[in-house]
Amino acid sequence: MKTRELRSHRFPAEREADWRRLESLLTRAEAGKLGGFTDAELLELPLLYQSAVSSLSVARAIALEAALIAYLEALATRAYFFVYGARGRLHERLKIFFLRDWPAAVRALWRETALAAAITVLAAVVGYALVSSDPDWYGSILPAQLAHGRDPAASTETLRQALYGGDDSKFLSAFATFLFTHNAQVSLLAFALGFAFGLPSAVMMGANGLILGALMAVYASRGLSFQLGGWLAIHGATELFATVLAGAAGMRIGWAVAFPGERTRLEAAAMAGRTAGTVMAGVLVMLVFAGVLEGVARQLIKADLVRWAIGASSLVLWLAYFYLPSERRR
Amino acid sequence: MRLEAVAPEPGLARALVTPEGVALPIALGSTGDRIGAFLTDLLIIAAALVVLTIVAGLAAWAIGAKSGEVIVIIWLAGFFVLRCFYFTLFELGPRAATPGKRFMRLRVVARNGGRLGAESILVRNALREIEVFLPLTLLAASGAVGEPVDAVIVLLALAWTGIFLFFPLFNRDRLRPGDLVAGSWVVRIPRPTLLRDLATPSGHDAVRFAFTPEQVDAYGVKELHLLEGVLRRMDRRTLSLVAERIRGRIGWIPAPDEGEVDFLTAYYAALRGRLEQRLLFGRRRRDKFDVG
Repeated sequence: MKTRELRSHRFPAEREADWRRLESLLTRAEAGKLGGFTDAELLELPLLYQSAVSSLSVARAIALEAALIAYLEALATRAYFFVYGARGRLHERLKIFFLRDWPAAVRALWRETALAAAITVLAAVVGYALVSSDPDWYGSILPAQLAHGRDPAASTETLRQALYGGDDSKFLSAFATFLFTHNAQVSLLAFALGFAFGLPSAVMMGANGLILGALMAVYASRGLSFQLGGWLAIHGATELFATVLAGAAGMRIGWAVAFPGERTRLEAAAMAGRTAGTVMAGVLVMLVFAGVLEGVARQLIKADLVRWAIGASSLVLWLAYFYLPSERRR
Repeated sequence: MRLEAVAPEPGLARALVTPEGVALPIALGSTGDRIGAFLTDLLIIAAALVVLTIVAGLAAWAIGAKSGEVIVIIWLAGFFVLRCFYFTLFELGPRAATPGKRFMRLRVVARNGGRLGAESILVRNALREIEVFLPLTLLAASGAVGEPVDAVIVLLALAWTGIFLFFPLFNRDRLRPGDLVAGSWVVRIPRPTLLRDLATPSGHDAVRFAFTPEQVDAYGVKELHLLEGVLRRMDRRTLSLVAERIRGRIGWIPAPDEGEVDFLTAYYAALRGRLEQRLLFGRRRRDKFDVG
């Protein structure tokens, strides 16, 4: 039998230049130089990827050389990562996030949000009732290092001072930064704990509410409810809302892991994760606002009515943004 | 004739179906790779924190404590970003990998073959709070406990968080809780190299090795691929064993100066030509037992 040129020789020879070109683009992209690509090169990448994928299909059908197929598989996989990994331009993604994805995800979590809010409120009522009936409870609800001397034994003047004092106004933005980072860390934890079937998230919501209620009870006993309300409202409307949303996102994941319904557990968890992740990204944005309100605005604004007004209007704005139907979103 | 599997660890081989409907084989990152990548990242974070603190301290000393606020903010924000968003920010990039993962040639992809959204990456790394940072905090706390009751609670808590930490060891796909919830997994980046085609035609061989149609009909595609593997690895012992087996089967009497590599290469080319020709007529011969 005569050795002649094989058909499968001609096939790579005709396409090898394209493969090499794709390979060199990928090597540059993998070295982190995707930003330096020209527009033409960015458009070329998906085309070369598609031609590599079709080469692979052809090779699987007609070529009997294992090394060639392995090469094309590896090349197509590498290219696939970049073609299906890139996600549009940043400002477009941000626009979609704020106009559509974030409010939609928050609305999708309304049941969990209501539950988390209810737990917080209920725990606050319990904390209030406990401390009102017996001030000794205060010590077990609020650790001393968090209380900063605001305990039932403190004088009314000390308590009032805690609401308006502390205007070491030099470090306000540092204070705001500290509050943001601290709150963000806590809400990330509240979210992550949701993975354990949602229970730890619920417990954290409850603990949060208890502290709130205990603090209210102490101030109410001195007739300072209105003043404490203003102190809390100015940042709390945003911060507590964000905390409740973080807990709700955690619960959604826990619920999906525990009760996947008709889907497999993995699918259910991944779907819940997408919604919850969008909400969490927004929670971090809310906490930036809360940090500024708490660290700067609360330190500079001492009038109770103004504090109340800012708190109430921020709550109304958040609620309208999340829950009011909008034409643009459809 | 035996050839090792192409994938590094058979248990980690998966298929990924692209939106074009083509199945691509991928290899998941092994546990060792993942641990290596994570430790590398932890070292980088720790080093960056130390550098950040030293630089902030020096800057504060240089410009005086009065206007130190900017430095406090930078330090707080830097610490926070490194602690909470080091992984997220790197994985949001086009390479979808932290420096540690890049070092180990790994990257994060969506399990369903589609795009991996920013929210998935956020979720994937937010869950590190319970996988890594909670156990670390508890470990730190366990050093400070005095009473035996506290010690028991800390131990129980450590055992509980240990479930999350060792989660990847207990599922086939090496998923962390974060991967599970984000719908992602960590795969190896393949290294493609286009190898020389072994069946390069040459007129000289055609004269020396003139196989009869019966001789080239002795084997199928499976044996062809094994032969290709043997020829690419060029292991002397295997080469002579394989040459002997093939000569025996097809009844080939070697010329006195005939080398094994020459013989095997020529037979490989002839066999491939024959099988490809049959393929054109719609007949794929799987192996030597396939005689239809």
